[in-house]
Amino acid sequence: MKTEDVIQFSIRATLGYPTRTLLMILAMSIGVASVILLTALGEGARRYVTREFSSLGTNLLIVLPGRSETTGGHPPLVGGTPRDLTLEDALSLTRSSAIRRVAPITVGSAPVSWKYRDREVTILGSTSELFEIRDLSMAQGRFIPSGDPTRGAAVCVMGYRLKKELFGNQSPLGEWTRIGDRRFRVVGVLAKKGQSLGLDMGDVVVAPVASAQALFNTSTLFRILVQANSRDAIPKAKKAILGIIRERHEGEDDITVVTQDAMLSIFDRIFTALTLSVAGIAGISLAVAGILIMNVMLIAVSQRTTEIGLLKAIGAPGRQILRLFLAESAILSLIGAAFGLILAFFGTWALARAFPSFPITVPVWALGAAVGVSLLTGLVFGVLPARRAAKLDPAQALSRR
Amino acid sequence: MIHLVGIKRVFQVGDEAVHALSNVNMTVDAGEYIAIMGPSGSGKSTLLNIIGLLDRPDKGVYRLEDMDTTDLTDDQQASVRRHKIGFVFQFFHLVPRLTAAENVELPLILAGVEPAERRSRVQAALSALGLSGRAKHRPDQLSGGQRQRVAIARATIMQPRVILADEPTGNLDRTSGKNVVQSLEDLNRKGMTLILVTHDPDLGSRASRKVVMMDGRISEDTGAS
Ligand SMILES: Nc1ncnc2c1ncn2[C@@H]1O[C@H](COP(=O)(O)OP(=O)(O)O)[C@@H](O)[C@H]1O
Ligand SMILES: [Mg+2]
Repeated sequence: MKTEDVIQFSIRATLGYPTRTLLMILAMSIGVASVILLTALGEGARRYVTREFSSLGTNLLIVLPGRSETTGGHPPLVGGTPRDLTLEDALSLTRSSAIRRVAPITVGSAPVSWKYRDREVTILGSTSELFEIRDLSMAQGRFIPSGDPTRGAAVCVMGYRLKKELFGNQSPLGEWTRIGDRRFRVVGVLAKKGQSLGLDMGDVVVAPVASAQALFNTSTLFRILVQANSRDAIPKAKKAILGIIRERHEGEDDITVVTQDAMLSIFDRIFTALTLSVAGIAGISLAVAGILIMNVMLIAVSQRTTEIGLLKAIGAPGRQILRLFLAESAILSLIGAAFGLILAFFGTWALARAFPSFPITVPVWALGAAVGVSLLTGLVFGVLPARRAAKLDPAQALSRR
Repeated sequence: MIHLVGIKRVFQVGDEAVHALSNVNMTVDAGEYIAIMGPSGSGKSTLLNIIGLLDRPDKGVYRLEDMDTTDLTDDQQASVRRHKIGFVFQFFHLVPRLTAAENVELPLILAGVEPAERRSRVQAALSALGLSGRAKHRPDQLSGGQRQRVAIARATIMQPRVILADEPTGNLDRTSGKNVVQSLEDLNRKGMTLILVTHDPDLGSRASRKVVMMDGRISEDTGAS
């Protein structure tokens, strides 16, 4: 029997029983679609987090006050704050040859006003080095000037959205705004860059670190961003940071240094595992579809007993009957998988429209795996019914009407 | 052509052994026309199934065209059925979702014949049985007599040596039954061996040889040598 005839015969057989065919195709397509959609969501989450961390800048190390309880590069989840990080701590780090740039960060919240408009805004105190470290860009004007970081000038840079809210279409350059109880002159507006680490750079004001510390009446830092000279210099920079701070903190290791790579690889692992596990959970629906296929094919075999007997009588060996029934479940699985792909396509399209900032993407391996697994499911669960058909006693089958 | 020696077939039904055939001996020459008669349950269908290689005897030797069929594999048996034997059944056994032409085409598909050749052979077979106008009809759109003639076309499309017809008129009225038997007799006149199971004494007397069965044995055989 020719392969094309096997396929054609099986397709005719599936069309002969439209209800059961539709049922099986539906089950299989839901299974395939859910595997693809959930995988796409997991992969989207992984990309989202990776993008967030990458947008922090390159070769980045983050110095946090407080010693991490766990070893390795985790941020401190539990841990005291024995000694604060100071601006002097940050500036002393430039001593190391492995370190290219240092940006101390202090964070607070204060009302920002211009004329009669005002808003509560996150204030980021830092130095001019933040511009390169965070890979920022300007929409208008320039960034806060370099110079002695311990002497804060009364200038500030604002995010593009805040600028729009306070100034509308007017240029804010050179204007004096009030932040808390002080006055700052606007020297620049940040270009649109999106979120990073949950902090929306469109909605912040960046001021010189000393001015921000004075504004919030503090001498401590929230964290220090350090840029190593190169990717290879990151471990050396980390060692240098730990050494310099230990020296300054009287031999105490009371800081945590997190490297961007470490965070990235941790999140990458977490989200890859997450993607695989949701894909596995969705795979259960494929198994359910497989069991359904098996049952429906078993019913088909008993419904078509005389047909099988007849095929044997006109010269089909058991092997051939097995092939015909396996082809039938494979074809049903593949049609189901095709509909599943279409379903998943519309699903991702709808999700992408509903959440435009979420990078939902279907990994190519998930497409292949979903179709492959559905075909495999159809074949594996089709074996039992097909074998039953192949073993049928034709004499007995044909004695019935 | 067909040699049956000491054929025995026992079915186990629960604890009881049903002797469907016990010690059946029969020889059939090529081109014969045989009617097998006998009461229901006497083993006629079982005998036909064994001749058609749909069933195997528990004991005895069956030689078909000088070939011992005892040791044939499933594939070899199927090949013999495909090329040498044509079955016609009481309940027609047409595939309901296929048209008349497609039902007739099935043996050719199983044999791997090219589509172009398939079409012309199916057409010829249908018109030989007066079914040209019914090629595209499905079985439920055909009368009983037409269905049985489609089944005959299917049984003969591979030009088999033997036609085995198990009560082919059992489900038909007299007129269409007669029609069907005439179609079978036409084939016999062209050289095909015809073995026909029937309850109808009139039909039985048309055959050149009559075999009567009783309790799994041949009780009368007008052609036994
Ligand atoms: N598959 C089977 N299982 C059990 N008993 C069977 C089977 N096939 C036939 N028989 C028994 O064998 C005997 C002969 O049956 P069969 O050849 O069909 O008779 P006939 O065709 O002459 O009516 C009957 O008693 C029948 O019940
Ligand atoms: Mg019978």
